[in-house]
Amino acid sequence: MDLIELKDVHKTYYLGEVAVPVLRGISLTVAGGELVALMGASGSGKSTLMNLLGCLDHASSGEYWLDGQEISKLSANEYARLRNRTIGFVFQSFNLLPRTTALENVMMPLTYSRENLSDQQKKQRAADLLRKVGLADRINHQQSQLSGGEQQRVAIARSLVNQPSILLADEPTGNLDSRTSKEILRMFQQLNSDDGITVILVTHDQGVAQWAQRTIRIKDGLLEGSGEPVEAGNVA
Amino acid sequence: MRIYITIKTALNALRRNVMRTMLTTLGIVIGVAAVISMMEIGNGATIAIQKTMASIGANTLAILPGAANTGGINYGAGTLMTLTPQDADAIARECPALADVAPVVRARTQIVYGNRNWSPTYIYGTTPSFLGVRQWTDLEEGESFDEHDVRNSNRVCLVGQTIVRELFGGRSPLGKEVRIRNIAFKIVGVLKMKGANMMGQDQDDILLAPWTTIKYRVVATSLGSSSQSESATTISSSNNPYEAVSTSLYPVPSTTEQSSTPQPIRFANVDQILTDARSSGSIPSAIQQITMLLRERHHLKASSPNDFNVRDMTEITKAMTSTTDMITKLLLCVAMISLVVGGVGIMNIMLVSVTERTREIGLRMAVGAEPADILRQFLTEAVVICLLGGTMGIILGRTSSNIISTVLHWPTAPSVTAIIASVIVSASVGVIFGFYPAWKASRLNPIEALRYE
Repeated sequence: MDLIELKDVHKTYYLGEVAVPVLRGISLTVAGGELVALMGASGSGKSTLMNLLGCLDHASSGEYWLDGQEISKLSANEYARLRNRTIGFVFQSFNLLPRTTALENVMMPLTYSRENLSDQQKKQRAADLLRKVGLADRINHQQSQLSGGEQQRVAIARSLVNQPSILLADEPTGNLDSRTSKEILRMFQQLNSDDGITVILVTHDQGVAQWAQRTIRIKDGLLEGSGEPVEAGNVA
Repeated sequence: MRIYITIKTALNALRRNVMRTMLTTLGIVIGVAAVISMMEIGNGATIAIQKTMASIGANTLAILPGAANTGGINYGAGTLMTLTPQDADAIARECPALADVAPVVRARTQIVYGNRNWSPTYIYGTTPSFLGVRQWTDLEEGESFDEHDVRNSNRVCLVGQTIVRELFGGRSPLGKEVRIRNIAFKIVGVLKMKGANMMGQDQDDILLAPWTTIKYRVVATSLGSSSQSESATTISSSNNPYEAVSTSLYPVPSTTEQSSTPQPIRFANVDQILTDARSSGSIPSAIQQITMLLRERHHLKASSPNDFNVRDMTEITKAMTSTTDMITKLLLCVAMISLVVGGVGIMNIMLVSVTERTREIGLRMAVGAEPADILRQFLTEAVVICLLGGTMGIILGRTSSNIISTVLHWPTAPSVTAIIASVIVSASVGVIFGFYPAWKASRLNPIEALRYE
């Protein structure tokens, strides 16, 4: 079954009286366990689409099926809960809390979780994830004591702490050098193949998109070539 | 559990920017400290004013016997002889709202020392607690007579400054003897200068002696007279315009008869009982306690009127209440202003903090924080800051009022109400002034917040 299905999604912003259509009828599907790249130049509607996929924004019209549930009409609070439970975010600028240790950063989303974990369990889970991303020796380092690559790994660990089924990475390598970028991308690939997490890489970099099994291209608010799932069979 | 997590998150957030937290807290610290020290100094001032007022007799209650009424003629207040020394003892014992109780027997006569004589305005027979009632316990020299002197009707007395001046020419009269109607009284103490009272009467023109001495040695004949001891004895009958009153109903007993049938002591009456309430606030309850006790002791039926009057110094009490009220209100205004200033400070810093942490808010929302979570977090931060500041403010306020009282010798009194109030007020300041920034934070759009530079 498709994990994500968009049906004829429109998004129009209003600048005063002027309507600015950003997404003009997008239909796409992403199967569970896929590693997809979402590509497009700036101004193409790529970010808007990512915000919709990440439940940060509501579509103006159209349907959004997530895990067999039509969610485009849910309230802001229900969206918040979906973001907490099913979606992990990785940002270009890492967005770690300043003056906070790696461990606390990873534990932060658990604060808003409906799961009732003890402090000990939370710490355990966060520490396990940090170990998994290769930062076992950086657990108690503060944000400012970590390199860019390390910060992004903390961010990845943080996005995984609520065990989401989708990982949404917005230009995850945009602020990293090429060697670190490779490491991070390899990590996404690993998470995808080993843990079966659906990963959506949002990028404008062809080099990054190459790591994906399938590329969805967006231009002027429409999908280019409408992205036939030709490579869908390659799912590992 | 959720509250615990919220508080922990708030503390973490505050710890991340210690300097800002300290500065924000400072506003509240100063506010609360100002409130507390103001309240304590104010309390001290109020108490000092109350003491001053009490010394001019604001808390004094005078219990007078009722008016005698025979054959349609009313003899005016204080003409019944219903008050006894035992009443005074009972009042002292059973009325908790009273501090001191003193029975008073008045006399009006001449006193003589050497070749000088003088008629004091007041010759009072009383007990040592009279000095407590009149706030006169500090003596110029010597010491007061005591209960023992009262029991034994010892011939000792205290004199006021006017008598010292008139009889002794200002020299110390301590240990000298004055004669009151040919009875020698040893002066054991001299009262401090008190000046005139509000009616212009010289309060220093006074002689105090044990009431038993005045009653049984000086006045001695009050029994059987319907008027007060003062008028009954000292004025010769030729000057007495009310001759009808002194007409005896019974044959006058001879000296032998008098000595063989001593008057039982229980018939002794006093002219008035002076008491003072513990504070101006307890005056109404004191009056009630006295009235109930005396009605019971005098076996009055529910239908019959009181055979005594309790007088309070309504005028002075009113002046005192309005003065202290005014001080309290003034201080409350000052307190409010400083807390509002502190609160606005908190609001400012919280607003800056919200702007500064826009990305953090966006991130928190992206990982699943609901607007209510964000609101709660920022509100908790504000309240934590306020409570923290409140606690430090209480300590600082107490310290500074202590310093003020030791260095400047201003009276201060610790005020528990001020402490409780400032904790409550600082928490509410946190909620009120923290709400707008918190609400603003919770209304941020996560997409824009994440993109915010």
